Amino acid sequence: MSDTGSDPGPAKKLPPVFLERQSYRRRRLLDAARLLPVLGALLFAVPLLWPQGGAAGTPSTSAAIRYIFIVWGLLILCTLLFGLLTRGWSGPADPVGPGAEATEPAPVGR
Amino acid sequence: MASFNLMVLVCLGYVALLFIVAFAADRLAATGRGTWLRSPVIYTLSMSIYCTAWTFYGAVGYAARSGLEYVTIYLGPTLVMIGWWWGLRKLVRVGRSQRVTSIADLISSRYGKSNLLAICVTTLAVIGITPYIALQLQSITHSFAIFFAEEGVSGYGEATVVFWVAAGLAVFAILFGTRNLDANERHHGVVTAVALEAVVKLVALLAVGVFVVWGLSGGVAETLARIDASPIGEWQVNGSRWATITFLAVAAFLCLPRMFQVMVVENDDERHLRTAAWAFPLYLLLISLFVVPIAVVGLDVMPAGSNPDMFVLTLPLSQGKEALAMLSFLGGFSSATSMVIVAAMALSTMVSNHLVMPIWLSARGDRASVSGDVRKVILLARRISIAAIMGLGYFYFRLSGGGTALASIGLISFAGIAQILPALMGGLFWRGATRIGALAGLTVGFVLWLYTLLLPQMGAGILSQGVLAQGPFGIGWLRPEALFGIEGLDPIVHSVLWSMVLNATAFFAGSMLSFPSPLERLQGAQFVNVFDHSAGPRGWTGSVAQSEDLMIMTQRILGAREAQALFHREAALQGGRGHLPEPTPLFLERLERELSGSVGAAAAHAMIGQIVGGSSVSVEDLLAVADESAQLMEYSSQLEVKSAELARTARKLREANDKLTQISLQKDAFLSQISHELRTPMTSIRAFSEILRDDDGLSLREKSRYANIIHDEALRLTRLLNDLLDLSVLENGQVSLNMRSGLLSDVLDRAISSALAGAEGALVVRRRRLSETVRVTTDQDRLAQVFINLISNAQKYCDAPHPELTVSVHDVGDQVVVDFIDNGSGIPVEAQSTVFEKFARVHAEKAGGAGLGLAICREIMQRLGGEIHYLPGHAGAAFRVSLPTEARPIPE
Repeated sequence: MSDTGSDPGPAKKLPPVFLERQSYRRRRLLDAARLLPVLGALLFAVPLLWPQGGAAGTPSTSAAIRYIFIVWGLLILCTLLFGLLTRGWSGPADPVGPGAEATEPAPVGR
Repeated sequence: MASFNLMVLVCLGYVALLFIVAFAADRLAATGRGTWLRSPVIYTLSMSIYCTAWTFYGAVGYAARSGLEYVTIYLGPTLVMIGWWWGLRKLVRVGRSQRVTSIADLISSRYGKSNLLAICVTTLAVIGITPYIALQLQSITHSFAIFFAEEGVSGYGEATVVFWVAAGLAVFAILFGTRNLDANERHHGVVTAVALEAVVKLVALLAVGVFVVWGLSGGVAETLARIDASPIGEWQVNGSRWATITFLAVAAFLCLPRMFQVMVVENDDERHLRTAAWAFPLYLLLISLFVVPIAVVGLDVMPAGSNPDMFVLTLPLSQGKEALAMLSFLGGFSSATSMVIVAAMALSTMVSNHLVMPIWLSARGDRASVSGDVRKVILLARRISIAAIMGLGYFYFRLSGGGTALASIGLISFAGIAQILPALMGGLFWRGATRIGALAGLTVGFVLWLYTLLLPQMGAGILSQGVLAQGPFGIGWLRPEALFGIEGLDPIVHSVLWSMVLNATAFFAGSMLSFPSPLERLQGAQFVNVFDHSAGPRGWTGSVAQSEDLMIMTQRILGAREAQALFHREAALQGGRGHLPEPTPLFLERLERELSGSVGAAAAHAMIGQIVGGSSVSVEDLLAVADESAQLMEYSSQLEVKSAELARTARKLREANDKLTQISLQKDAFLSQISHELRTPMTSIRAFSEILRDDDGLSLREKSRYANIIHDEALRLTRLLNDLLDLSVLENGQVSLNMRSGLLSDVLDRAISSALAGAEGALVVRRRRLSETVRVTTDQDRLAQVFINLISNAQKYCDAPHPELTVSVHDVGDQVVVDFIDNGSGIPVEAQSTVFEKFARVHAEKAGGAGLGLAICREIMQRLGGEIHYLPGHAGAAFRVSLPTEARPIPE
């Protein structure tokens, strides 16, 4: 019909509903990166739930050390992995080259 | 004694090494060869100034007192780093695109380049960091003292040592932090030295840790067993402190001026964050890995009552490991010096840019370009600031007596610096954040922090015991450590809770209730949407700035060579041939950014503003611009109206001209026609009169026939001349009208009968007599003349096989309308506009008259106060005659 093809203006501005597989993966990866600090905070708060002060089943400090340092190490690994996967990205939208600072800042064309 | 001398030697040697490294790095960076200086590894290592002597010595003491709680100090930054993609990356991008020089500059820049805000942040930072610097001095002094005690040196004066340590650090910071004024405010020398120190302290702590775990305890399993058997062997932690300190560490990591310096200001490449994001948490993990084992073994091995803060140093010493102790000492020394140097540098930048320079500039009063060498003033201001900050730290140390546990001083400092967090985060993520909100939040947070934490913790003398116990003036709910009657909280938790909650509330409320200035809103958009447009602020409008003035001012700030290079580059960029670039807005904007690297955003803005003539964007400017554009729009709309009017006039003129041309053509045509019309009868009259005169043999019948012809032709001539005369009389207004009242139907009857009389009678006239009973007051003879003309026109020109003329009368109020519509092909469109002109004839080949009939009709109708016009849109020719009437319909 005429109204599908005649007015591409607003349709162009809207982001597409479906992304290509690669962009989709990329976005989910960013979601994961956003979630990581939250997850880390939650995991680091878990020891607060343990029984303490001599109550039955109080874990030893060495167990706590093991737990915290293992979580810590895993978080570092995840970040490393994320860094490797996002190598070559500079931002969600604008690619800023490596030598962007060496040259003059791009003139603002507005 | 040998060991003591050795220690002093090693110490001096180490400092000398740092000098050499820093100097070499500066040289390398200047020649542009040291690309490795800008590697992610150096960046990551430079971040380790987060781990100060507080970490190196204090963490072990902390662990010995409170178990695993110390780890929260490092978990906070870990969380920040692993969330780098959406947090730190934005901060770094903003810092780089706006060329900010410090956290105060960032906050000021975000909230409309407000210097008041910068002053607030600077003051807060100086007050918050001073205890921290004192803490570093204290730890160095303590470590010296331990060696002195070990050696049994007499005459050891703590004050002297502290003084010389402070002075030495100040000299180092001055030498490398204020050697040059760089537009980007980067210090490769210092950063490289800090990176080296990071390695030293990590190696030292790991060495002590390895020695403790494998040398003293006999392995990992044994160490863990030993930990479980120790006084801190059972899992015990205060949940609120755990969460609060993690939060404080997050906040401090982002807001500490020295962290901001190395993370944002010294950042060379945004992508270094990618490496630092995992490498720095790894560094933190390694630093804190052996803390608990050292603490546990220290508690076990060392005599009761020894200071756990110094276990890292005293443990190897007690075991006779002099070399390890020396390494450990160097590690502690490294952590203290790097922190103090960078913190002093960062603070001095803030103090000189936001406190000294604005005061100095306003004190000068005159234009910055014609005053003295600003460059020297800035450097001097920074050097004095560093000395003053070190002096403050020194005096704080002397005043407090150095007795408080290291960890608590550090936390007080963190809590103070954390007050910047709401303004910072709000500024980065919320466009609605305003200057008033930021000021309100900072003030409330700062006051609460002072009142609930810093003053009570500074000991007796500042707040009396009475105030602490009963509250000021006996108001119980205002007790510094139990605000609003909430008791039993840990002092840190209590202070952080209230100060952060009320800070954030004030920030939010202030932002909601105030209205930001245009510059603030502009900056807000630039900060929050930094990834959409990483461009600088557009502060300068069209200018009257003199490039020469700008050049002189820039020389004074950046130095002659740098300024000339900058201006050359700009001129080349603009494609001009001269040495000086045009003061375009873009150039001014870049220049402002360059200058802001040296004197801060607000001061640079003010200085360019002085030269450009204060044309920074103010509300007035925006209003003026709006006014101007409104005027322009009005003017252009006026022009449009005028031009439309002109176009209309031109069109009318063109129409008139066309008409005139047409009329002239008609006149020409008529003249030839009329001469033809006149000549035809004249020719026959002349011919027949000549025959009558010359031919004597004519019969009587012939004579009478020829005389008749002459008579007829003369009549025809007379009729033509009568018509012309009639028209001329009508046009000249000399006609006398015989006005009387009568029925329209009578006039029509008369007209139709006289028009159709003598004709072939083919034309059928249709009438509606009922509607014709209208009484009109007019000249009935003249009106009949019009009707006759119209009817005989139809009779002559209607080309239908069965010609019909419909005459319809309508009474419309005070007018009566008579339509004459025939069923022929009508008048062609191009002829419609001229049918009423004199001499106009539609069908020249059917020439019956001279083309005067309709012109006479029009003149008559005008005299009668009515009009006649052609009705387009009908199949046949249609004329409408309308005339005024006071007529009343006659009752039947």
